[in-house]
Amino acid sequence: MADYKWPAAENRSLIGKRISRLDGPLKSSGRAKYSFDVNRPGMLYGKMILSPYAHAKVTKIDTTAAEKMPGVKAVTLIWEVGKEVQWAGQEIAAVAAETEDQARDAARAIKVEYEVLPHLVTDATPQQAGADHSKQLSEQKTGDPDPAFAQAAATIEGTYGSPVITHCCLESHGQVTEWQGDQLTVWASTQAVSNLAGEYAPAMEIPAGNVHIITPVMGGGFGSKFNSDVWGFACARLSKKSGRAVKMLLERDHELMVAGARPSIYAKVKVAAKADGTLVAWKSESWGTAGPGSAGNPTLPYVFRPENRSSRHTAISTNIGPARAWRAPNHPQMALITMSALEDLAAAVPMDPLDFFLKNIELTGTLAKVYKEELLKAAELMDWKKKWHPRGQMVAGPIQRGLGLSLHTWGGGGHQSNCNCTIHPDGSVEVSLGSQDLGTGARTVIGIVAAETLGLPLEAVKVNIGDNHYPASGASGGSTTVGGVSSSTRRAANNALNELLAKVAPSLGGDAEQLEAVGGVIRVKGDTSKFLPWKQACAKLASTPITAAGQTSKDLISSGVGGVQMAEVSVDMETGVVRVEKMVAAQDCGLVINLKTAESQVYGAFIMGITYALHEEKIMDQQTGRCLNADMEFYKLAGLGDIGELVVHMMTGPGYDDRGVIGLGEPPVISPGAVISNAVANAIGVRVPTLPITPSKVLAALESKGAKA
Amino acid sequence: MEAFEYARPASGKEALELLGGSFADSEILAGGMDLISLMKNYVLSPKRLVNIKGISEFSGIRSTQQGLAIGATTTLQELIEHKTIAADYPGLHQAADAIPSPQIRNMATAGGNLCQRPRCWYFRNGFGLLARDAKGNPLVPGGDNRYHAIFGNDGPAYFVNGSSLAPALIALSAQARIFSANGWREVAVADFFRTPRNDNERENVLQPKEILGEIVIPSASKGLRTSTYEVREREALDWPLATASVALKMSGNKIEKASVVLGYVAPIPWQAKEAGDWLAGKTLNEETAAKAGEAAVQGAKPLSGNKYKVQLARVCVKRALLAAGRA
Repeated sequence: MADYKWPAAENRSLIGKRISRLDGPLKSSGRAKYSFDVNRPGMLYGKMILSPYAHAKVTKIDTTAAEKMPGVKAVTLIWEVGKEVQWAGQEIAAVAAETEDQARDAARAIKVEYEVLPHLVTDATPQQAGADHSKQLSEQKTGDPDPAFAQAAATIEGTYGSPVITHCCLESHGQVTEWQGDQLTVWASTQAVSNLAGEYAPAMEIPAGNVHIITPVMGGGFGSKFNSDVWGFACARLSKKSGRAVKMLLERDHELMVAGARPSIYAKVKVAAKADGTLVAWKSESWGTAGPGSAGNPTLPYVFRPENRSSRHTAISTNIGPARAWRAPNHPQMALITMSALEDLAAAVPMDPLDFFLKNIELTGTLAKVYKEELLKAAELMDWKKKWHPRGQMVAGPIQRGLGLSLHTWGGGGHQSNCNCTIHPDGSVEVSLGSQDLGTGARTVIGIVAAETLGLPLEAVKVNIGDNHYPASGASGGSTTVGGVSSSTRRAANNALNELLAKVAPSLGGDAEQLEAVGGVIRVKGDTSKFLPWKQACAKLASTPITAAGQTSKDLISSGVGGVQMAEVSVDMETGVVRVEKMVAAQDCGLVINLKTAESQVYGAFIMGITYALHEEKIMDQQTGRCLNADMEFYKLAGLGDIGELVVHMMTGPGYDDRGVIGLGEPPVISPGAVISNAVANAIGVRVPTLPITPSKVLAALESKGAKA
Repeated sequence: MEAFEYARPASGKEALELLGGSFADSEILAGGMDLISLMKNYVLSPKRLVNIKGISEFSGIRSTQQGLAIGATTTLQELIEHKTIAADYPGLHQAADAIPSPQIRNMATAGGNLCQRPRCWYFRNGFGLLARDAKGNPLVPGGDNRYHAIFGNDGPAYFVNGSSLAPALIALSAQARIFSANGWREVAVADFFRTPRNDNERENVLQPKEILGEIVIPSASKGLRTSTYEVREREALDWPLATASVALKMSGNKIEKASVVLGYVAPIPWQAKEAGDWLAGKTLNEETAAKAGEAAVQGAKPLSGNKYKVQLARVCVKRALLAAGRA
């Protein structure tokens, strides 16, 4: 019998190797069919009318004119008269028409009247926002910071933070819906294939079993695509009314206005150390906005836990738009605030921040050993000791270079996953589960685990995912997919193999316990002369395939990773333009299933992180209540020329592999803002307090430094 | 976008007949890089588009007695690849070459680059060319004006002109040749642009039944040195925050005559005459270049959120001058 425990390093044929993703050729050649690419016979296009006001009561909705527009087949209301909208971009009603342009024109012909109410869309402090908009969310105190500050050798105070940014998924939110009788099919761009039927069913008043969700590939979610959303239900209603399939994916401006935002978090920090660099006290007052709700609640300081610390957070309610989980909720903001303050403190001690972080490494708790190994590895890859210079030490000419570093952590674990593994009598193998591949490489990981378990090459396994007709398997959030699907697949494939071994045992000496599947054969352990090629072994099944199930298995996975990143930047002191020269990551995620896609996750996170460090901001206009940059012209994402050299080192081997599989979606995107901010401070000799670090802010920081000098 | 008629005339004369008496009637289409998105966003809704790309008299680059004539429908890529432009007018070549991306350079035209509408997010979000609220109050001074004008911003226009080519062409004293029912007329590219005073005016002198057909650059004289320097936030698809194009008549190290034109800093390409005048007779070096940068921004009046652009303009002038000297 085969054991489901992960194979030892010397027995792995696929796990931990660099393997290209299974859907790479399909995606790079444009043949992969995203929800956007689904075109059904007779399909209509859906478009919505949005509130232009950030805060208003809807007093009238008149769809009469729209219903008479050319090509219009259905109109449905999303909002109600009398109800207040809380952000510009709130969906009011939707239409379906024969062409996209007809639908757009018809949506504009819906007449909506509003009673405009006062709004707040600025990223205000609690003092500016006032009591009506402020709510204290948390207060924590350990030890007593004040006496510790009094005795400290070095104390710094600073304000740090980052604004509201959006998810800006390249495939915007939305879906294609189609009814056949009371059966609803939804080609959804979603992170939660197995969960959506449960949302559509009550809304459409049909049993969940009548809802078919299909997402073979999808173009980015980052935490913003867990639900059906109002546009999903509106699309299904338009389909129902018109009797036609309807495609309704958000326009880019709509996507940026409402389909996801990361809360802003700012903090006033005071932090102190002894003369030898030992961190002794932390105090912070933080605030931020997540729109009208109160998401975004940091735990400060991040990673390091000095003996004396206190923190308080206040949420500011605004009409800036709704927040959604953004890749590692709270963590990038917590890392920026904490690591910036600690780097400023190290400069004040003064100390090389690498030495400062190492000096305080025990304050990180259980991951201290991991962090220490990663700091040393990253320092080696960055050539830190050779390149680093004390803050403010300049070279001739306008271009100054600087280094920065940061630590981060995340949970991971595994979502609840069910997997079926089927071995057919012809030797072909299928693994099926409902979860989706957000672009992370989940599909390939599933294939690798099944193939490794069955002793087959990767191409011998057909991976069926992204469909709720496959066994229910969790949403992709919080870095839980790889833990869930790898362990359920391992168990399912192992169970199926054991059934197969029992069938072929009579042909190979009779004892299934003595059999193993390796290198495309079923063989007797320790006796290479007794084997059956895979295909011949499967032929013993006669006409009935084996299907075995597996579920998430806690003993195959783990939770809690540490990561270290470093950045080298150059700053043009005359223009304030920052260029990322090099980024280094040393990242732990337990047992790596596919080294290539794991590294890709980190590369992608670097690019996303460079983007929010240097460019991203949801720019709101208090006068009009509107988002000014709801387009990809001024909502700026980094491109190839902006990313510098990216170096990724995955921590593997003893001490890492034996922890089991841990997720990697969130961790690498946490530190880039902090490392770039720290590198800029090191380069120019002064802190740029908030992200994004634009030329305007760099020049302002230099000017304030000049004024102080 | 609203439904519209589409016409593809074969001659300039035919094109004129298709153009209406007001901008609401018709718009001229060439590369469509700007116009189509404005139409998709319902910022512009012309009844008819007149595509001039197939009209031979507005296309191609040719040498004439007056100098080098660049047809309005010449793509940026054709302009970049043109050997004479690269050799004789590097400042123009650099300005075109810096425009991202390859897709845009292959479609966008020289004429369209001059005629594109303002880069103002209030305008592009439907608040009108002069960006005013329902009561007629200007939105830019009290709003987010990080990308707005630092010169010529006394109102009612606060936007910046988004042409990268115009400053380089103005520095070269290029002429715009405009075709209408009365035949061709010429106007200096410097005078082609104007600041609109109301929402019915445009940002240039073209009337609804006129076509920018050609741009003529005077032949390069001995000692001509040109350069363009721009600052932008991203290497990827992005607009410059400021640019400076300079044209110098040099004799050895000495500047006989200088023209300094700033881009993305005013509702029109901004001629820094003080800087040009000051440079005449000077030796070009780090110090004089820096002083010229200082002179160029003397009259700048930043808005609430764009003071940094003054520094960028200053540096652009200095670096453009030094690069021209090295050329």
